Amino acid sequence: MKIADRVERVPPSGIRRFFELAEEMDDIISLGVGEPDFSAPWAARDAAITSLEQGKTSYTANRGKRELRELIAETMDRRYDLTYDPDDQILVTAGASEAIDLAFRTLIEPGDTVAVAQPCYVSYAPGVTFAGGEVLPVRTRREDDFKLTYEVLEASGAADAEVLVYCYPNNPTGATMTRDELEEVAAFAREHDLAVLSDEIYAGLTYEHEHASIATLDGMRERTIVFNGFSKEYAMTGLRLGYALGPTEAITAMNRIHQYTMLSAPTTAQHAAIEALQSSDGAVEEMRTQYDRRRKLVLSRFEEMGLDCFRAKGAFYAFPACPWDDGNEFAEALLEETGVAVVPGSVFGAGGDGHLRVSYATGMDDLKEALDRIERFIE
Amino acid sequence: MDLSDEVVELLRENARYSVEDIARQTDSDPSEIEAIIDDLEDEGVIKGYRAIVDREQLDEETIRAVVELNITLDRETSYDDVAERIAKFPNVESLHLVSGDFDFMMEVEGDSMSEVSSFISNKVAPVPEVTQTVTHYVMTTYKEQGIEFGDGSDDDRLSVSP
Repeated sequence: MKIADRVERVPPSGIRRFFELAEEMDDIISLGVGEPDFSAPWAARDAAITSLEQGKTSYTANRGKRELRELIAETMDRRYDLTYDPDDQILVTAGASEAIDLAFRTLIEPGDTVAVAQPCYVSYAPGVTFAGGEVLPVRTRREDDFKLTYEVLEASGAADAEVLVYCYPNNPTGATMTRDELEEVAAFAREHDLAVLSDEIYAGLTYEHEHASIATLDGMRERTIVFNGFSKEYAMTGLRLGYALGPTEAITAMNRIHQYTMLSAPTTAQHAAIEALQSSDGAVEEMRTQYDRRRKLVLSRFEEMGLDCFRAKGAFYAFPACPWDDGNEFAEALLEETGVAVVPGSVFGAGGDGHLRVSYATGMDDLKEALDRIERFIE
Repeated sequence: MDLSDEVVELLRENARYSVEDIARQTDSDPSEIEAIIDDLEDEGVIKGYRAIVDREQLDEETIRAVVELNITLDRETSYDDVAERIAKFPNVESLHLVSGDFDFMMEVEGDSMSEVSSFISNKVAPVPEVTQTVTHYVMTTYKEQGIEFGDGSDDDRLSVSP
């Protein structure tokens, strides 16, 4: 069969190769996992089970259950003082990934330029390509702690782009942005009339400062689509539930694609999410506390072993500079010799090379053992 | 949460965390953690450290029982007096004054059922204030001190994922 060119020219994810290498080995400790090691809060799982027992296995409204959209609106209002209308400014999707794909397909005209802040989650660039857009990498820098700055945006030529997409707290770097730092990005977006896609899936996992959303800044709500979901904060990755928040015209258009392609997000997951938003603040706080302790442990250990690592303040990743020139070689050798899996930063786009993504979404015993092995390996 | 509370929380999570690891997890100095633990021990906040053991996996069998005790006090005796007297026996693992139909809930351990039985009938029941005992032998333990005794769930996540 003839495969369409825009699909053919997107290479398979570089993470795949490491996955295959790791799968061939027994007893590895993986610091290469991009999802929580916790399970969803029991109350949320219990609500999902109950909904199944009650036979709630039909479609929901295209945009998601009304009750869930109202709870999402309340949460945004409480956390950010941001108002989104559950009727037409909130769309519940099969993971934030679906929402981001919908936004690409909704906003991008063939040949449009999309500025993608990198290093970043592996899906943005392919998503832009599938939607017919051109990717403009915006390379964030180690000296800025991998934050997006006005200068970096300008230097990359993002002024000519139509859309800007970024993710903070960031996967793979663990970088976060404060409200003041986002002001620079907002100023750039306003000046150059960019639509902003702000992936805030790790928002609930911000340490040392409050998470800020760019949509709260002057003149930004109407040009921003915010993405969040239940995967990271509520440890519900496999339930596939996310959402998009944005101006009515954007959410309405995204829903047009969603209703024809997905119909509605998984019903069982929506029941779990309703319960999660109502009752799981304590469970989330407990997970966040655990991640934060591991984060501090990892950063201290890296410092002690002389591994250069900026102070990541979000998600569950540290992003140390690789002690070897070639991060791929290092990660492969580390895996083969010590059984510890990490992901070379180059997989995550521009600016990632020479770094390693180290996930601390792993129990403390394994994490300590893995760090010991890394230390011995470096010596 | 102040640092001392955080140290307590970490030790309750895993009493074998080294001073260094506690320091790393709390962004503090090992010497500072050492001093806090010393204080907590001196003040009697931390009473001791013990392993949580699934004894079904050991050869030697230990018998455990949860015992309800009813108490009748007189003018000269308080719950504390009775409790102190009972708690001194090494067979008594825990002792709580509780609300509800009985007064004390006591956990007792022994090497055999007859040891536990005779301990209760010969040592506890004769205490003048104890008017009734109801003994429940423990058959299976599923969870203790927050730790589940099952095989644990395997990590079924993909070993490397984006």
